[in-house]
Amino acid sequence: MNIVVCIKQVPDTTEIKINPKTGTLIREGVPSIINPDDKAGIELALSLKDDYNAHVTVITMGPPQAEDILREAYAMGVDRAILLTDRKFAGADTLATSQALAGALRKLEFDLLITGRQAIDGDTAQVGPQIAEHLDLPQVSYLEHLAFDGKNTFTVKRRIEDGYELHQVDGPCVVTVLSGAYVPRYMSVRGIVEAFSKDVEVWGFEQIEVDETNLGLKGSPTRVHKAFSRGVKAPGQMYEVDATEAAGIIMSKLKEKFII
Amino acid sequence: MEKSEHKGVFVFVEQRKGIIQNVSLELIGKARDLANPLNDKVYAILLGNKITDKAQTLIAHGADVVVCADTPELADYLTEPYTQAICHIANEYKPSILMLGATTIGRDLGPRVSARLGTGLTADCTKLEISEEKEFLMTRPAFGGNLMATIVCKEHRPQMSTVRTGVMQKLPADKSRKGEVIDIKIPFNRDKFRVKLLDSVKEKGEMVDISEAKILISCGRGMGNEEGIKIIEDLADTLDAQVSASRAVVDAGLFSQDRQVGQTGKTVRPNLYFAVGISGAIQHLAGMEESDFIVAINKDKGAPIFQVADLGIVGDARQIVKQLNERLKG
Repeated sequence: MNIVVCIKQVPDTTEIKINPKTGTLIREGVPSIINPDDKAGIELALSLKDDYNAHVTVITMGPPQAEDILREAYAMGVDRAILLTDRKFAGADTLATSQALAGALRKLEFDLLITGRQAIDGDTAQVGPQIAEHLDLPQVSYLEHLAFDGKNTFTVKRRIEDGYELHQVDGPCVVTVLSGAYVPRYMSVRGIVEAFSKDVEVWGFEQIEVDETNLGLKGSPTRVHKAFSRGVKAPGQMYEVDATEAAGIIMSKLKEKFII
Repeated sequence: MEKSEHKGVFVFVEQRKGIIQNVSLELIGKARDLANPLNDKVYAILLGNKITDKAQTLIAHGADVVVCADTPELADYLTEPYTQAICHIANEYKPSILMLGATTIGRDLGPRVSARLGTGLTADCTKLEISEEKEFLMTRPAFGGNLMATIVCKEHRPQMSTVRTGVMQKLPADKSRKGEVIDIKIPFNRDKFRVKLLDSVKEKGEMVDISEAKILISCGRGMGNEEGIKIIEDLADTLDAQVSASRAVVDAGLFSQDRQVGQTGKTVRPNLYFAVGISGAIQHLAGMEESDFIVAINKDKGAPIFQVADLGIVGDARQIVKQLNERLKG
């Protein structure tokens, strides 16, 4: 079985701080990590490698320094790593990103394509399903557990708002994984040492057959009109009153805000 | 693409087991807001099996036209049949705007439809408006809510967006409102139906995703024992809210880690965040300060949580929450 996992390098958004005076983001010194949902996806792939001897490829699209997360994936135990990088991909929205990745994925053979549900820097959850559409593959998103019959059929537990669904799908197919679904293994010491001697393949525009008009900023239907921070919060109202009065104040505020 | 051919503000109506979901009624309410300055109509797309009788509800909440595909293939949500239905309707009616709920259905369907139609999609919008130049402006948070971005989709149609439950307001139902109901047949390509739904199981309480919650009642050290937790859970029941927790009470083993708010837990931005007995360490604040409305109750007047609270109450959290719950129930 061949598995491909799409991963993304993201800033650890939980480490981003706000300048309390200006309300702007402080991005300096924020570490880059493998997006948590994607890391769970790597773990799912590696568990299938453990049980079924699957061959696992990871691919990421990003700037050259995104190579770091591919080395980390090597250290976790993947077999092959591809960095998709080109200036022509810059400025891509989700649709143009999915076009570039789909172009690369057409060059690979796989039975199962894994992506994270969403990335913590954008939270859109769009690239996985959009890749699936470009490749004309079935998808199951919000994966919490995957069972494989050892042949070609997957049963996917899909987490929804008030419970879960069980879906059955044959490979090749696309699943998008929740970060809570699989706890990523640690990198082994040997893995870390070996990761640096392994080959990270670098692919660019020349390696994929996608019309340039579908890539990067040109291929992006959406544009950022403006970006802004929410600014420093104005102080709220404070009350020091007895419990009955306090309950009354909260009630009227919730009504005013249409919450109740 | 001839943009001027595209008209109408369309809402994909989500139904689960035949029940119209609130988020769709909220979107119809928003669609009315958007349609008026555009001098355009609100269309509701209703997909399901034996569902046509729900069309009047959508009209009562603000739809002018309900486009309804009532067929067994659409009984339960599955990506491919729903994508085919929406794309067929989009090709027939050429919407200018198409909105979906940012639910596990809308966030599965939206990107698939956008890729098939070759148009843009903006996820989890918190503000939608029409500019003076008649542009559709879609504002959404990014970087875990640390940054806001306004997105436009200038040259492609439909302009698609998803919105979470509770962000928009639904209009009160007006049963006398009149509208048109159009029955549409979808020419399905069944060869592409490759995912089978084996089972659907309803659960409550197990493995919560607090980051999806609309209302969070968050428990801190000041409430951290059995009695305190019971009081918190009672309020959560009344408000149909989820319970979250500070690191201190998670570390104490009183809550599972998936309920933890903050730097090492989850970043949340519900419509309402109740910080009960939480002092507000900076790591906690980072995880919740972008909530739309924050109520903090703490006995310590100097607690940092009050710096981010919209409404701060200094006092005995147990008594206050108990009383509040009684009044809400009464």
